[in-house]
Amino acid sequence: MAPDGSAKAITQPVARGPRGRSPGVSSLERLARRRSSIAFLMTLPLILVIAGLVAYPAAWAIYLSTLNRRMRANIGFDNYLILLESESFRMIIWQSCFFAITAVLLKALIGFWLAHMLHHIPTRGQRKWRGMLLIPWVIPPALSTLGWWWMFDPSYSSINWIINVFGFPSVPWLGQPWWARISVIMVNVWYGAPFFMIMYLAALKSVPEQLYEAASIDGATSWQRLRFITLPMMQNIISITVLFSLIVTFANYDIVRVLTNGGPRDTTHLFATYAFQVGILSGNLPRGAAVSLFMLPILAVAAFFILRGVTRRTKEIA
Amino acid sequence: MAEAAVANRDYPRVYGKVGSLHRERAWALRWAYVSLILASIIFLAPPFYMLVTSIKTNVEMADQSLNPWIVRNPTLEHYWAILSNPIFLTFFKNSIIVTILVVSVTMVISVLAAFALSRMRFWGSQVLATGVFLTYLVPDTLLFIPLYQIVGGLGLLNSIWGLVLVYPTLTVPFCTWIMIGYFASIPKELDEAALIDGATWPQMLTKIFIPVALPGIIAATIFAFTVSWAAFVYPTAFITRPDQMPLTIGIVSQLVRGDTFAWGQIMSGALIAALPPVVVYVFLMDYYIAGLTAGATKG
Amino acid sequence: MAQVSLRKLVKEYEGGVQAVKGIDLDIEDEEFVVLVGPSGCGKSTTLRMIAGLEEITSGEIAIGGDVVNDIPPRDRDIAMVFQNYALYPHMSVYDNISFGLKLRGFTREEIKRRVDNAARILGIGELLERKPKALSGGQRQRVAMGRAIVRDPKVFLFDEPLSNLDAKLRVQMRTEIKQVHQTVRTTTVYVTHDQVEAMTLADRVVVMNHGVIEQVGPPNELYRNPATIFVAGFIGSPAMNMIPARLEQAGGGGLMVQLGEGLSVPVPEERTARYAPHANRDLLFGIRPEHLTEATRIDKQNLAPLTVKLDVIEPMGMETLVHFHIDGTSVCGRVDPAAGAEAGVRMALAAHMEHMHLIDKGSGKVL
Repeated sequence: MAPDGSAKAITQPVARGPRGRSPGVSSLERLARRRSSIAFLMTLPLILVIAGLVAYPAAWAIYLSTLNRRMRANIGFDNYLILLESESFRMIIWQSCFFAITAVLLKALIGFWLAHMLHHIPTRGQRKWRGMLLIPWVIPPALSTLGWWWMFDPSYSSINWIINVFGFPSVPWLGQPWWARISVIMVNVWYGAPFFMIMYLAALKSVPEQLYEAASIDGATSWQRLRFITLPMMQNIISITVLFSLIVTFANYDIVRVLTNGGPRDTTHLFATYAFQVGILSGNLPRGAAVSLFMLPILAVAAFFILRGVTRRTKEIA
Repeated sequence: MAEAAVANRDYPRVYGKVGSLHRERAWALRWAYVSLILASIIFLAPPFYMLVTSIKTNVEMADQSLNPWIVRNPTLEHYWAILSNPIFLTFFKNSIIVTILVVSVTMVISVLAAFALSRMRFWGSQVLATGVFLTYLVPDTLLFIPLYQIVGGLGLLNSIWGLVLVYPTLTVPFCTWIMIGYFASIPKELDEAALIDGATWPQMLTKIFIPVALPGIIAATIFAFTVSWAAFVYPTAFITRPDQMPLTIGIVSQLVRGDTFAWGQIMSGALIAALPPVVVYVFLMDYYIAGLTAGATKG
Repeated sequence: MAQVSLRKLVKEYEGGVQAVKGIDLDIEDEEFVVLVGPSGCGKSTTLRMIAGLEEITSGEIAIGGDVVNDIPPRDRDIAMVFQNYALYPHMSVYDNISFGLKLRGFTREEIKRRVDNAARILGIGELLERKPKALSGGQRQRVAMGRAIVRDPKVFLFDEPLSNLDAKLRVQMRTEIKQVHQTVRTTTVYVTHDQVEAMTLADRVVVMNHGVIEQVGPPNELYRNPATIFVAGFIGSPAMNMIPARLEQAGGGGLMVQLGEGLSVPVPEERTARYAPHANRDLLFGIRPEHLTEATRIDKQNLAPLTVKLDVIEPMGMETLVHFHIDGTSVCGRVDPAAGAEAGVRMALAAHMEHMHLIDKGSGKVL
């Protein structure tokens, strides 16, 4: 019954550990310290990425935004002040907020509606529909927006062709400021609504069926079940998704860059595209950095609430 | 529906409404299908129109009297043209190189870090885990200007190596975050059993954690792949030389010219470029969706 | 093979909570020892310290004479069976069982020989190609045991291995564990909260409570002569009755136990000397339900009759449990199903005084 040679060979050299009680504590400490340093080494690449490519650039951006165009002199908050004084930048702030809030609201509502409808149909079919409806999210947005651009083409618009069939006049999609704003929002909603749908569907599926059965027996109507069971149970995921999408939508670049490139007359610029134009294309890096840093307060607030939501949800699960 | 009958139980006539429950449910179902069909038409119209355009002849495209949503004389000429265009093939090659490198680097970094963060409590590990999540929330459009300078300082502007350097900021935080979630869901007894069976830390990672969390690894890999394939801001900012461009910016900046009748080629190029993520999605849909929802439902 | 000895073993968690408060225990070679106690009593922590999964705050653990305090689990030559089995979900049964051998560099032939041997002992030869997901609870339990057996370790550690099984399977697996132990004769430390499991499996039972050992002994010894009020109450089901009582001098040098008003039972003569120092004190009178039964089942000289009004009866088939009150304390007795016990009826019972206990309320010690 004795273990054979190979096992013994491994066991024995180590088994001759220190006898007695005094050395115990110190060597255990050494073991723990060694484990810590292995763990630190394993996370080192991650730390380097976070510190070197996110934290440092973010701090550098803040410093950069206080320099003048040639990056020779520190001009304090002048870049921010110049921006705030300019009429066109104030419009960009307004346009960014309008774009992000409208788009996120529409995405959330459409996503919720579709998730609900999907949840309603027999489980067999859900996979197929879900697979189809997520397609817009899967295509790289820069490429699908090219398709939209062609659909909005002033002389060959296929959307206008349909509108004309129903007897309405053609719409100058990308030619007029308001229509251009609506177009940009449309494309963003088209791209992002499937994401909300998937998140909400996952949340809907996590609500135990018994709760609905209990509520039905208690006499709840379908509206009451939505109001008193579905929404409270999904509250956390809804808010996490909305806040997350708010960040991403605020920071959007691809769609505006491809569809309108900020036009007509800079009316569809967002922070990101304007920062790109000022910083990279016109070569005023400090002011470009200042433009993109205008996103920071919004991001910080959203991030705070997301983190709170995620922590809460983790606790709920645990 | 059921609740209507229950809610009105005080009214005796309710008991006479046999069959209304069934009828209401049928209507709700019909309404659901109508919504889904409508949504599918709208959601799939743009890619469908891209496909239609890509197989139309230029003559047909120019004829405004025809229904633009239908093809009469399908042709593959645009596909042949784009696939024999050396610059397009260069874009494709660049995208493949960048994506493969970024995905590999991302997975190594995030699996190692997630293992350490989920199983080896050490000083600052909690702070780091929160930091990972916060980093994930920092958008690329906030960082591209300082990164432009940093990448420029390293002499990597106009090079795919600059992209390989910065893309991990897009992929690593989220992949680490979901891997922490997947690893944390592995019962602690499993590592204890492995410890007693004689596994070292590296063995525990490669023989237990990675195989058990394989669905998570696949989900994270898909995420890293789609994100680096679709990345747009960084290449737009850092690359102006066509021979170093990946597909996204290459198609948008090089194929789009004032000429209306390049549309056939643009659309076929865009569809070919969109194909890899779509194929991955079609074949690995469940993993794709698991990765998508993991951010909020796990972790 | 190996003895296990624990010396002044202490486990203190961060924040100063002591889970194990300095226990001493010697486990003989080939012995089957069961640590039993309520949850939070420190039994699992003790086991995990033996396994090397918890660090030892102070004290010493030796396996086969070697102090193992600073030796990692893999080098302690132990095997462990977990409550949730901890089977590797991605490996077949064969790979699960052989994983530890592979890591230790055994040859392929040796691994196959050992796995086949373990599979034969456990009757899982048919399952070797399956994944854990495709196994029933009992089969998983056997695979987990197989993983321990193939290693042929110095010590087997079991951490509540049966608590995830249903009642019927638990009884069956209990027998199997005992059979396996009789076959391989490896020193075994087994943790459970179930006193029936402890009684049926153990050579010696270690009863723990609040991080200390209350009593160590063979099952029947613990049952017959519990050392403390905790052991008396914990071992045995239904639990021992404990009735507040007063020990009083009776005529002729004898002692009486006064149970409330007008009800007193005589202490057997041979115990008089033992209890005499505690005369005229308030104590607890302890007696097991099977020793409160019909007078006909007890020999005359140790019989103390009491007539009680039954509150509830619980027929168990083999016998019937009767519940009644003595001076406000709920008491349980055990009678023959044919004895005609009925709720609300007065019934003549008797106490078997040879099996009585007297417990000091203050110290919790059985006198």
